[in-house]
Amino acid sequence: MSKTTTELLRFTTAGSVDDGKSTLIGRLLYDSKSIFEDQYETIKSVSERRGEGNVNLALLTDGLKSEREQGITIDVAYRYFATPKRKFIIADTPGHIQYTRNMITGASTANVALILIDARHGVVEQTRRHAIIASLLQIPHLVICINKMDLVDFSEEVYASIQYDFEKFASKLDINDVSFIPISALLGDNIVNRSENMDWYEGATLMYYLENVHIASDHNFIDTRFPVQFVIRPYNDKFHDYRGYAGRVAGGVIKKGDKVMLLPSGFTTTVTKIDTADGELEQAFPPQSVTILLEDDLDLSRGDMIVRENNQPEVTQDIEVMVCWFNETPLQLRGKYTIMHTTREARCVVKDIRYKMNINTLHRNEEDKTIGINDIARVVLRTTKPLFVDAYRKNRTTGSIILIDEQTNETVGVGMII
Amino acid sequence: MNYNLSHLKELESESIFVLREVAAQFENPVLMFSGGKDSILMSYLAYKAFYPAKAPFPLLHIDTGHNFDETIEFRDAWVERLGLRLIVGSVQEAIDAGWLKEEKGFNASRNSLQTPVLLKALEDGKYDAALGGARRDEEKARAKERFFSHRDEFGQWNPKNQRPELWNLFNGKKHFGEHFRVFPISNWTELDVWQYLAMENVPLPTLYFAHKRMVFERDGTLLADTPFIKRRPYEQLQEMSVRCRTIGDMTCTGVWESNADTLEKIIQEISVARKTERGGRTDDKRSETSMEDRKAKGYF
Repeated sequence: MSKTTTELLRFTTAGSVDDGKSTLIGRLLYDSKSIFEDQYETIKSVSERRGEGNVNLALLTDGLKSEREQGITIDVAYRYFATPKRKFIIADTPGHIQYTRNMITGASTANVALILIDARHGVVEQTRRHAIIASLLQIPHLVICINKMDLVDFSEEVYASIQYDFEKFASKLDINDVSFIPISALLGDNIVNRSENMDWYEGATLMYYLENVHIASDHNFIDTRFPVQFVIRPYNDKFHDYRGYAGRVAGGVIKKGDKVMLLPSGFTTTVTKIDTADGELEQAFPPQSVTILLEDDLDLSRGDMIVRENNQPEVTQDIEVMVCWFNETPLQLRGKYTIMHTTREARCVVKDIRYKMNINTLHRNEEDKTIGINDIARVVLRTTKPLFVDAYRKNRTTGSIILIDEQTNETVGVGMII
Repeated sequence: MNYNLSHLKELESESIFVLREVAAQFENPVLMFSGGKDSILMSYLAYKAFYPAKAPFPLLHIDTGHNFDETIEFRDAWVERLGLRLIVGSVQEAIDAGWLKEEKGFNASRNSLQTPVLLKALEDGKYDAALGGARRDEEKARAKERFFSHRDEFGQWNPKNQRPELWNLFNGKKHFGEHFRVFPISNWTELDVWQYLAMENVPLPTLYFAHKRMVFERDGTLLADTPFIKRRPYEQLQEMSVRCRTIGDMTCTGVWESNADTLEKIIQEISVARKTERGGRTDDKRSETSMEDRKAKGYF
C-alpha cells in the first residue's frame, strides 16, 4: 500500500446551495469513498443510497447552532476527502458578496478554485466576483464547472457560449490556467464518471482533473526565503553547542553548504546542516519545516530571514498593499495597526488610501475612501521596522500580511503586497 | 528536479509549523493529552518539532478515574519515552473535595465533569495556550474551527470572536486572563492519522486493535462491560471481537465489531467506513449540538 506518495490539494468552492454546490460536494465526498471500495475486495460492501449522502451533507453544511437559528452561514467550512491518488481539502464558503472575506480566507492557501456556473444563467455577477477573488489571491488553477447541463438539454452551444463569455471577462484578470467542464451534479455527469449525454465533450471529468492537475510547481522554488520561526537550543550534554533556526521554507531550495545572507543584519555565512528529527537533509524546499544550522555564531532570532545574497527580497518600511477589510469598524486613514508578515511583527500606519475596488467589476473608485467590512482597497502602509517582502504574485508567503487592531486584538484586515 | 511532498509529509510540516508557532507566541503552553491516538500523534509531532531539544511544554491529562487500564499504562510509558513532564487533573479528587458532583443514572458519565477540572487545571497552571488533538473532520461543530481558537476569560468559545486564518499567519494576541486552544492537527483526517502512525511505527494502546471483550448494546452503540456503567437487566452481555475507533473513558466509548488487529487492517477498514469515527461516542449523542454546547462551556 503506497499511500505515502499521494499529494495534498487544497481547493475552494463558493456559491449558494441553489447552485448545486452541496450536491457537487456531496458527490465528491461520497463517490471518492467508492473508489477506495473498489480497491479493497476483502471489505464488506456497504449499501449506499444517493439520498443518504445528501442528507448527511445538509447537516454538515450548517453546523453551528446560531447559523441554523439565524439562517446564515458565518464561515469557511473545511471538508476532507481522498482518493488513492490525492488527499483533498475543500474550503467551502457561501458565494454572496457579504462573505467576500470568507472566500478570501478559503482562497489564501488554495491550489485550485472551483467556480460553479448555472448553465441556465451563464456568467453572472457572482461568477465575476469569484474569478476576481481567485485572481487577487493568485490561486494558480481555476476550474469552471458549468452545472445543470441537464436543464439545457446538454447543449454544446450553451456550454461554448458560456466558455466564451468567461474567457472574455477573464482576459482582464491575472489568471493563467483555466479549465472548463460541463457537469450535472444532480445526475453525476462528468463528476466522477464521464457523461453519456455529452459525447461532444472530450475533456476530463472533475475528479480526473482534481486528481491530475499539476500542482507541484505552485510553490516558488527559485527565490530562497527562510523566515526564522523559533530558535532551538537543547542545552543538554549531547547537543551542547547546538543552535538551530527552525522554520518553514517559504521559497527557493536551500542546500547544505549554501552561502546565505541574514536579514536584517546583512551578514553572510554558510549553511552547515539542514536538520530534522528524521535525520539531516541535503536540501529543503517549500513547504518543508526544517531546522537550519549555520557556520557562524551570529545574532539571529525569530522574525529574521535567511536568503541568498544575490536574490534578496525588498527590505522596506513602505509597502503598497491590496487590502481586504474584515472588520465592522472601517479602515482608518492614519490609523495604526499591528502588522504581521511571515514571523515578523511591527506596527504600521495607513499613509494613504489609493482607491476602493469594486469586487464585481474591478472598477477603481478614487473618490470613495470608506473601506468597510468586505471592501477591497489599495493602500500604502508605513511600518516601524523594515519588512522583507516580495510581491504577492511572486510568493504568497512573503507577499502577504495581516493587520491587527491594537486594542481588541482582532484581525481586522489582510493584504497582498503589490 | 522533483520537489514533491506526500500529503502526510505536508500535513506533518504544517503541524510542526503550528507547534513551533505556539512555543514562540505564548508564554506558558500545555499539551492536553488524553491517551488517544490524536494526542499521541500530537505529542509525537511535538517531539519532532523541537528536536533535538525537548518540547517546551508539559502534558496535561484530565483523568476521570474511569479510564481503561490500558490507557493509563500507555500514557505513563509514553510520557517517559518523550521525557516530558506529566500533570494530571483528577476528576475523582474534585468530587472528593466536594466541588464537583457525580452524575447519576444509567447514562451517567464523567465526561462533562472534565470541563471544570480542565479549566481549573489551566487556571492553576497559568497556561495561556492549550494544545489539543482535535481535527476538523471529526464532528460538524469542528468543521469551522480554527487552528488558533480564542477562548475568553471564562474559557468559553464564541464563534463571533474567532479570527480569520490566512496563509501561515496566526494571530495569538490576547488580553490578560484569556487563553487559546490550538489544534495543530486540524487538517488531518482519521485515515491520515492512522496512515502516519503506521508509517512512523508509533506505538499505540492495544484498545485500538481488535480484541475479545464482554460488551452490551445500548442505543445502537456497543459498550464495554465495566463497573463504571450501570447495566439494565435487559442489556445482555456477550463476548465479541471489538476495537475502539476513538477512546474517551469507559463510560462513553463505544466499541465496534471488528477483526482488525493490525494497523494495515485498521487502515483498510477506515478507508471504506461509512459511519463517522465519533459515531460510537455517546457523549456526542446527547443532543444534536452536544459538541458546540460543550465547547461554548469550555470543553475541549
